[in-house]
This record gives sequence, C-alpha cells and structure tokens, in this order.
Amino acid sequence: MTGTLLSIKGLTKAYPGVVANDTVSLDIGTGEIHALLGENGAGKSTLVKMIYGLVKPDGGTMQMRGAPFAPPEPRSARAAGVAMVFQHFSLFDALDVSENIALGMENPPPLRDLAARIRTVSEDYGLPLDPYRTVGGLSAGERQRVEIIRCLLQDPKLLIMDEPTSVLTPQEVGILFETLNKLRSEGTSILYISHKLEEIRTLCDTATILRLGKNVGTCDPRETTARQMAEMMVGSELQTPKGTGATPGAAVLDVSGLSLPAPTRFGTALKNVHLRLHMGEVLGIGGVAGNGQDELLAALSGEMRAAPDAIRLKGQDIGHLGPTARRRRGLLAAPEERLGHAAAPDMSLTENALLTGAVREGLTANGFLKWGKARSFAERIIETFDVRTPGPDNAARSLSGGNLQKFVIGREVLQRPEVLVVNQPTWGVDASAAAAIRQALLDLAGNGTAVLVISQDLDELMEVADHFAALNEGRLTDTRRTGDLTIEEIGLMMGGAHDGMGIAHAEA
Amino acid sequence: MLRLEKRPQPSRVFAYLTPVLAVIITMIAGGMLFAALGKNPVEAIRTIFWDPLFGEFAFYYRPQLLVKGGPLILIAIGLSLGFRAGIWNIGAEGQYIVGALCGAAVALAFYPLEAWYIFPLMILAGALGGMLWAMVPALLKVKFGTNEILVSLMLVYVAENLLAAMALGRMKNPEGHGFPGSRNLKDYPSAFNDEIITGSGMHWGVLTAFLAVIFAYVLLNRHMLGFSIRLTGEAPRAARFSGVNPTRIILFCLGISGLMAGLAGMFEVSGPSGQVSIDFNVGYGFTAIIVAFLGRLHPVGILLAGLLMALTYIGGEIAQGNLGLPSAAIQLFQGMLLFFLLAVDLLTNYRIRFVRREAA
Repeated sequence: MTGTLLSIKGLTKAYPGVVANDTVSLDIGTGEIHALLGENGAGKSTLVKMIYGLVKPDGGTMQMRGAPFAPPEPRSARAAGVAMVFQHFSLFDALDVSENIALGMENPPPLRDLAARIRTVSEDYGLPLDPYRTVGGLSAGERQRVEIIRCLLQDPKLLIMDEPTSVLTPQEVGILFETLNKLRSEGTSILYISHKLEEIRTLCDTATILRLGKNVGTCDPRETTARQMAEMMVGSELQTPKGTGATPGAAVLDVSGLSLPAPTRFGTALKNVHLRLHMGEVLGIGGVAGNGQDELLAALSGEMRAAPDAIRLKGQDIGHLGPTARRRRGLLAAPEERLGHAAAPDMSLTENALLTGAVREGLTANGFLKWGKARSFAERIIETFDVRTPGPDNAARSLSGGNLQKFVIGREVLQRPEVLVVNQPTWGVDASAAAAIRQALLDLAGNGTAVLVISQDLDELMEVADHFAALNEGRLTDTRRTGDLTIEEIGLMMGGAHDGMGIAHAEA
Repeated sequence: MLRLEKRPQPSRVFAYLTPVLAVIITMIAGGMLFAALGKNPVEAIRTIFWDPLFGEFAFYYRPQLLVKGGPLILIAIGLSLGFRAGIWNIGAEGQYIVGALCGAAVALAFYPLEAWYIFPLMILAGALGGMLWAMVPALLKVKFGTNEILVSLMLVYVAENLLAAMALGRMKNPEGHGFPGSRNLKDYPSAFNDEIITGSGMHWGVLTAFLAVIFAYVLLNRHMLGFSIRLTGEAPRAARFSGVNPTRIILFCLGISGLMAGLAGMFEVSGPSGQVSIDFNVGYGFTAIIVAFLGRLHPVGILLAGLLMALTYIGGEIAQGNLGLPSAAIQLFQGMLLFFLLAVDLLTNYRIRFVRREAA
C-alpha cells in the first residue's frame, strides 16, 4: 500500500426527510481492497453514487491523488479512473457479450478488435468468457464477468463493486476473489460493498462501517470478528435465530416428477423435480439465481399449473389448482420480488393484506369486501412483525425493503399455513429484519408447519434449514441433511452435479 | 432548472386537484387559441362554459346536458373498468353502433305491435349486441394474444359499414319515399325511449348511466371482483399471485364495457336520435375515452367529467353558431382538456423542485 488514492472529507447528502450521508470521511489507499459495510439504508449506495458522479454531494470534498475530484457525471468519473460493477446488471439479453460491452463505450473499436481485447483481458484475469456468446444464455456469474471486463477495459484506478457475490456459487466466488487479488497486486484499488462479513474478513484490507449515514468506525477486518462488525453495523447486540430442534413429522407436501416448460424465453424449465416436505421441517433450496427458483415458487404457489398428481398436499392432488384453491388447503407462498409480485406497490397495506389474506382470514362475504376486517388484519401484521410504517393506509412502495419484506412474510405466517414456501426471504433486507424473518420461519416450523426456503444466501440456508437441496438448470438434487454437508459438497450440488447421486455415492 | 422528484406515495390532494387544474389551463390555452382566431377569448370561454347553464336560452340547453352527458357517462363507466385493469377497449363507438342496431332491430321486427315487453326486449338486445361485439377482441386476445386496442378499433369501421348497410338496406323505412334511414321510433310508442320527466332531458338511458355509476362504485370499492380488476392494472404479477384469473378479467372487462356502450347506443337510437341513419354515431364512443380519463377512472369523477364534456359540446355548438368559431377549434379545445390533464397528472406522483444549476 503506497499512499492514498481517494480521500473523502465530510461528504454530506440529504434527501427530503432523510440524511443519506452525514459528514462521511474515509481514505482509500492505492492497491487496497476497502470494504464498505452497512445495513440497507445506511447510505452505502449514496456514497458510492457520489464517487461515481451519479449524485452530487450537498457538502464535503473528495480528492483523487491529491487533486480535487468532483465528477458531475459518471463519464468524468470514468475518465478519472473510477469504474463500477452494479448489483443489478444492465445487459441486453438478445445481444452478445462484445456488443453489450461496445454499447457502454464512448468510442467503441470495431467489434472484432474489441472481441480480441475481451479475450485477452478475460484470460489475463482468469475470467473465462466467450465474447460471441449471447448474454441471454449466460449464468449470473458469467453476466457479472461481462460487467467486470467492461470495467477492466477502462484500466481503472478504483473499481467499485456492489454486492458482487450475492449471485455466485462458492466456486465462482473463489474465482472472483483471485481476480480481485490480482488487481490489487497490480495497484488497483477496490471499494467492496457487501454485508457478508466472512467474505470481507478473507478479502479486504480495511473496512469502513456506515450506520444511518454516518461513518461509525473503521477496522481491520482480519482482526475483528464477524460478530463485532455486525454489531457495529446494527448498533446493538444481534439475536441469532434459534431452531426449535423439533423432529419433523409426517409428510405434507409431495412433489414428484414435476416438469414445466420455461414460462418466458429467458426463463428456466423445471425438469423432473422431486421433493418431500414433512411437518415441522425446514427445507432449504440453494442455487445460483436463474436456475429455476422463480419457476419452482410459481409452480408451488399455483401461478403455474402442473399435472394434478405432480404436486400432492396431504395426499390430495393439487397440481392443477390455482393460488386461491391452494391457499384454502393451507399451501401459502411468498415470492422473491416484493414490489409488483408479492405486493402491489401503489396499493395500501390494507389492500395488500387482502391480496393473499382474503380466503383464509375471511375478509370477504359473498364476494363483498370486509374492509374493517382487512384493515385489522393489516394492523395485526404491522404490530406482530414490527413493520415500521405510519399505518395500514400507506402505500406498499413507501416502505423500506426490509419493512415491506417483514410485512409480506408476516402476512403469510399469520395465516397459519400448513406449508409455507418462500423465495429469498431476506434478500436486500437489513441484518436485524433478516434475523426477525428467519426467527419467524423457525417458530412457524416449531409449530408444525412445513417450510420451504428458496434462497441464494447459503449462510441463511445453513442457519435455518434442516435439509438442503440445490437447483441447477431447473433440476433439483436429492435432499441431504444440512449438518452432514461440507461447503465443497454444497458447491458441487449447486454447480451442476445434476444427479446428486454422485456425491451420495462418493460419501457412502 | 426544474427537476421532477418521485413522491413516496401518490398525493391525494393532487389526485383531486389535477382535473380542476387541467380545466383552468385549458381555459387559458383555449382563450389564447380563440384570441389568435380573432375572437374575444373571454366571450368565447363564457359562451362555452356559462351560457348553456345560465344564459338566456339555458332552459333549452340544460336538458341537453343530460341527453349528451348520459351516453358519455354510461360508456365511460364501462371503459373505465377495463382501463383500471390495463385492458384497452378503444372500440366503444363500434359497440355503441351494434347495440343501437340490435335494439332497433327488435323494435322494427315487432312494428306496429304495441306491447309492454318490447322496450325491455330492446334493452336486452342492445346490451347483448354491444357485449358480443366486444367479445370479438376479448376472445381473440384470450385465445391468440392479439392486441385488443387494434381489434376493437378496427371493428368500429366494420360497425360503421354495417350501420350504413342497414340504414340503406334491411332497416330502411318502407314508407320513407326512398330516403335512407329507418322508421322513426319516436312515432312508435312501445319502442320510444321517452323522457321520464318531460322537459328534463332525463330519459331511461340517463337513469341507466346514473345506476352504472353506483354499480361501478360498489364494484370497485366493495367487491372482490373490483379489487381484482384494480390489482390487475396496478401489478399484473401480484394479481396472478393473488389468484386472479387474467382470462376472466379480460372477458369481464371487455364484456361489461361493450354491454354499457351497447346500452348507450340502444337508448340513443330509441330516444334522442329516433332512427337508424348513416350518420347515427357522432363519436360518443371516442369522447368517452377522454371522459373516463378526465374522471380519473373513478365513477364519481366520470359522472362529473361526462357532464363537463357535454357542456363543452353544447357550449361549443353555441360558440360555433353565435361567434362563428370553426368546429375544428372546438374539437381542439376538447382535445386540449385531455392533453393538459395527462400533463398535470404527473404532479400526483411527482413533485417539481427548482434546482439552481451548478457549474459543472
């Protein structure tokens, strides 16, 4: 580490009603991997957007290698050597890799030259990528490589990465870390945003922790425990969810030979999925995004119909039934996408309570709505799950991600499901809300509900699930006890050991 | 420099204020248009908005408000249900014509029999005719995923030709000395949609329009089906997750909007118009689209917007007669209303901030 690359002093940015960044100061050294830690809404994104020229600070200064640095737009930030890999990729599915990269460049070279450069860079940094492949067919990890290579082609001095590992398998994370270490050894600085503490401890040199827009401390992550960092983030002691240790009972949900075609061109087909879920059991389903998670949830919730006997609930065929009929029988679900799928953004929380609660909570009579009852159901969710909102008349979109997620999960939990299926229950949710949601799921299982958790967060699955299976290209591996699994085995299950039998045999 | 900022939630104040604001801006811009045409803008605006209600001949114009507003409201209510769900029936004009033709066909088939059941049968026929005409785009959309905007719009032109064929052929008055057009139903008491209160302009169609307002209000605010319709429009994926069957919503929304447009046509042909003629349709089906949006797709809003639109129609006619304003200027004026409404609508979801431009 030689000298400071970027020095931030007293950076402040206020939005109506909230100070996103309050006099934040930090220094990023040359050739340093600097972690930026914080809960959702702590101001990480705002800070990074100011560095990248997307947002203009209200106060404070930045210096790049001693010279004043105030990029009015991303183009000037890029010219100064700042590059960013966003959490959500901005790629066109129908174009190939080199076309996508050319689109983001100011003066793109001829595509053939560009493809050659892509190949060189991808080989230099150990990120295998074919410039002529169509992006629609790439995995999430490969898409991220496109974004990283797009940045590397600019020869950046500072690379900003926003939650880069949330879509990767453990093996892909390993590859990414090697690349980042290589970049560091060449003198590139990296600003690494994440809330996965163990990752930060293995990769980063320095960590800055933000809470409520303020810099609450800088530490050396190698010498700080994950728990200490988490508590700095949250500002209080963390409650670790506790399992009930109850032994699973009789089988309630039986999925056998479930096959469904891909609902859209870039969707994933489900191929011969088998699983069995018992009372009081939590089954975790892992896998990299885009391997059939959304489709599995849709098939179980009833949004996609299957053959009647492909899905059986307590011995009854339900594969052909729609969401309402399944809810009536006790199979409830909470999809991943909060706004627009699990909840209607512009509708009030009362209306959103009605969205799935109508049947089981008796919120209608002869088709007529009982608004009073719907409202008190919404109030009960808000109360029980500590949803921070002025009241049930507020629009769903006015809630923060974590609060809306608590509402969405709470809405299903309070309906006393026999089987609950959730997809990414804590995605983009702050640590304390995530802990509350996981605890609610465990409590539910403790009371005899069978819970199916689909998640890309392996730590989460290891924490809550008794059994584990992985989705890969629409196929589900055999179910294994979580306690018996090593990270390598999980990686293999996620990464394409399709039959799942290979691992089982090797172990036996 | 102006900048738009998304509000955390839609402003209630502006949801109610924007239609009023749009009317005011339209008056100002319309006044400028009339001034540019060499007319006194204040007089023109007064002629359009004031004279029909409180002018010298208001006794004649006030009933006209209901006669013109009734079909607009009835059609717009039906359309608004579909619009709420993101289903765009643009072909109400065609459903209006077919409803009128079916209603008139029943009357002409029974002529000259006098019986109490003829008028109810006509209502039934008009409703069914409009609904079946709207079922064409609905079924095509459900079965083949066609675009209901195109199909319903194209069917307007089919309906117009059907109307011409009927007025000149099968439905032509055999005692009409060869002139095009059917018998006048005003001369056929069992089929005549007379005023319920003489001189008020209130005929059975206007009453139906008011009932439709109440029906739509209850449906949207108190019934699961109305909730499903709104949910489908707000968030289609959430609706599917909630258990809403999209096919049913499409069939219901297009069906009910066709039914109401058909009813409006039937009440028109048996009342104010009186006969099937080549130029029977005057664009109510298209103007109702403006009315639906001007009323914010809310039943009560549509009631007020329908009356307002009827006012500009009547006032516009007076202004054409008294001030010599070209009819194109009046149509432009009505178009401005929707244009400005959509423009200021932005304020419901966004607020404007004044930002000083900083040196880059």
